Amino acid sequence: MSFLEVLYFIVPSAIFYAAPLILVAIGGVFSERSGVINIGLEGLMVIGAFVGILFNLLYADTFGSATPWVALVAAMFAALLLSLLHAVASITFRADQVVSGVAINLLAAALSIYLVKRIFDKGQTDFITERFSRYNVPFLSDIPVIGPLLFKSVYNTSFFAIGIAVLAWFVIYKTPFGLRLRAVGEHPMAADTMGINVTRMRYIAVMISGSLAGMGGAIYAQTITNDFGHATINGQGFMALAAMIFGKWHPLGAMGAALFFGFAQSLSIVGSSIPYISEIPNVFLLILPYVLTILALAGFIGRAHAPLAIGKPYIKGQR
Amino acid sequence: MSNRATNLLVPIISVILGLLVGAVIMLVSGYDPLKGYAALWNGIFGDLYTIGETIRQITPYLLAGLAVAFAFRSGLFNIGVEGQLIVGWFAAAYVGVAVELPKIIHLPLAILAAAVAGAIWGFVPGLLKAKFRVHEVIVTIMMNYIALHVTNALIRTVSDGGDRTGNIYASASLRSEFLQNLTEFSRLHFGIIIALVMVGVMWLILEKTTLGFELKAVGFNQNASQYAGMNVNKNIILAMVISGAFAGLGGAMEALGTFEYVSSKGGFTGIGFDGIAVALLGMNTPLGVVFGATLFGSLKYGALNMPNAAGIPIEIVEIVIAVIIFFVASGYIIRLLLLRASAKKKEAK
Repeated sequence: MSFLEVLYFIVPSAIFYAAPLILVAIGGVFSERSGVINIGLEGLMVIGAFVGILFNLLYADTFGSATPWVALVAAMFAALLLSLLHAVASITFRADQVVSGVAINLLAAALSIYLVKRIFDKGQTDFITERFSRYNVPFLSDIPVIGPLLFKSVYNTSFFAIGIAVLAWFVIYKTPFGLRLRAVGEHPMAADTMGINVTRMRYIAVMISGSLAGMGGAIYAQTITNDFGHATINGQGFMALAAMIFGKWHPLGAMGAALFFGFAQSLSIVGSSIPYISEIPNVFLLILPYVLTILALAGFIGRAHAPLAIGKPYIKGQR
Repeated sequence: MSNRATNLLVPIISVILGLLVGAVIMLVSGYDPLKGYAALWNGIFGDLYTIGETIRQITPYLLAGLAVAFAFRSGLFNIGVEGQLIVGWFAAAYVGVAVELPKIIHLPLAILAAAVAGAIWGFVPGLLKAKFRVHEVIVTIMMNYIALHVTNALIRTVSDGGDRTGNIYASASLRSEFLQNLTEFSRLHFGIIIALVMVGVMWLILEKTTLGFELKAVGFNQNASQYAGMNVNKNIILAMVISGAFAGLGGAMEALGTFEYVSSKGGFTGIGFDGIAVALLGMNTPLGVVFGATLFGSLKYGALNMPNAAGIPIEIVEIVIAVIIFFVASGYIIRLLLLRASAKKKEAK
C-alpha cells in the first residue's frame, strides 16, 4: 500500500469518526465557558443516540431519506430536556456540578436501556434502514489528491460538524453574547454588576451544550453503529470532554483535537490493515487520546487554563 | 431543626424521592410498581441464599464507597474508583493464577497486589494534582479508560488471546465453606470481613492518627493547613494513594471471592461510579458508607429478581440510584425546604 493510498484510507475515516466528537466537544465548550462543568456530556450523547435511533425506526416511512436529519432534531430536543435537569441541579439547586453530571450519565444510560427493553423487548434496537448517505462532492472530488482525501464519499454530517465549529467560534469570540458567556464563566460577580443575568446565561449555555451533545449522539448512532444498545456510546462523551480540554476550551481547538482523536480511533479500527501501524499493539492506539489529555493537562503540551469560575455555583452577594 | 437532623434527613428524603420517581416511571410505562418493589424486596431478603448473595454484592460497594469517601474527606473527588477497581481486579486474579503458594502467603499476596495496583492508579492523579494543580476529576476519568483498555490487553496476553484468565488457585481464594453452608450455598465469601475491617481502618486513620487529622485539615482548607506547617502536596498524594488502595481491594473481592477469574470487559462495571453515590449517601463517614453500601448492594442484587418475578427491566433500579444521587447532590434545596417547613412550624406554635 502506498503512502497516498494509506492517506485515502485513513483521512476520510478519521473525519467520519471525528464528526460526532466535534459537536459534543463544542457543546462542552459552551457549558464550561459559562462556568458549568458538564461531565454529563456522555449521558446527553446516550439520550441523543437513543432518541435518534428510535425516531429513525418509527418514522422512516413518513420522512423517507430525510429521516436521519429529522431524527437529529428530535435527538437535539430530547438531550436539551435532559440537560435542563443538569442546569436546574447545578445552577439553581447549587449541586456539585460533577456529581450532578455523574447522575445525568447514570440516568441516561439506565433510562434509555429501560425504554429499549420496554419497547423492543430485548437489550438493543433493530437496525435502522434510513441512514445518512455518503456522496461525492461535485467538482471538488475531482481535484487530484485533495479530492479523494476530503471530498469523495463523505458524509454531509462531517461538513455540518465543521460548520458548527466555525459558527461556535464566531458566536463565542465575535458576538456580544459570546463576550457575556465568557464573562460569566470568568468572573460571574463582575458580570452580574454589569447587568448580565448570570443564571440565565448559564441556563442557555447548558441548554446549548445539551442540544449539541444530543445531535452528536444521534450522528454517532446513525453513521457508526446504526442501532442502539448499552455499549453504543461507550465513552465517546468522555472522549469529547477530553477533546474540549485538549483544545483548550476553544471551539476550533476542540475541533482540531476531535479530528485528532477521530484519527486515533480510526487507526485503532482500520490500523490492522495498514503496514507498520498493524505492528503497534492496538491498546496503545486505544489509550492514546486519554494519555494525551493527561499530558496536556499537566502542561507538557502547552498550558491551558480553564474558565476561572468553573464548578462554582454563583450565589448573589457572596464574594 | 438541628443541623445533625437535617444532615440525616437529606439522604433519607433523597432515597424516598428516588423510589417515588421509580414508581412513577413504572406506572407510566405500564408496570405495577407494587409488584415491582415486592419483587425487589424478595430479591434482597427472599431466603437465606438471596441474603447471602446480597451481602456478597454489598462487599465491593463497601470498598468502593470507602475509596470515594476517603478522597472526599481530603477535598479530592476520586471518579477513578472504577479504574482503580478494574486494575485491582486484574492484579489479584493475575497473582491468583500465575503462581501456586501456600494459602497463608498466596491469599495475602493476591490481596496486596490488588491494593498496590489500585494505589498506583490513584497515585498518578494525586501526583499531577500536587505537582501541577491538574484537576483530579478529569485525570481520574481518563485513567478509568486507560485501565479498561490496558487490563483488556493484558488479559488477552495472559490468556493467549482469550477473553478471560483461568480460575485462580484455591490457595488464593476467599471462598468460605462456612459462610456458604450458612447461606444455602450462595457465593458469600470472606471478603465481607476484609471490607468491614477496612471500614474500621478508615475510621482509625481519620479519627485516631495525625495523618487523618492532616488529611481532613487539607480537605477543609488547604491554605490554612499549609500555614499550619502541613505538607499539603504530600497529603494530597497520600489521600489518593490510600483511596486507590481501597478501590483496588474492591477489585480483589471480585477477583478472589465472587468470580475467581478476570475477563475482558466491554464497558465499566459501574461499581466505582455507584461508589460515589454510596459515599455521598453516607456523608463520607465510614459508618455512613456501611449504610450506603448496604442500600446500593441490596438494590443492585435485588433488581436481578425484577425481570423474572414482575417482568420489569432491572434498569429501573439504576434509574432510582441516579435519581438518589441527583437529590443528594442537590441537598441545598432539600435543606432549604426543610428549613422553611420547620420555620413555619415554629410560627404556628
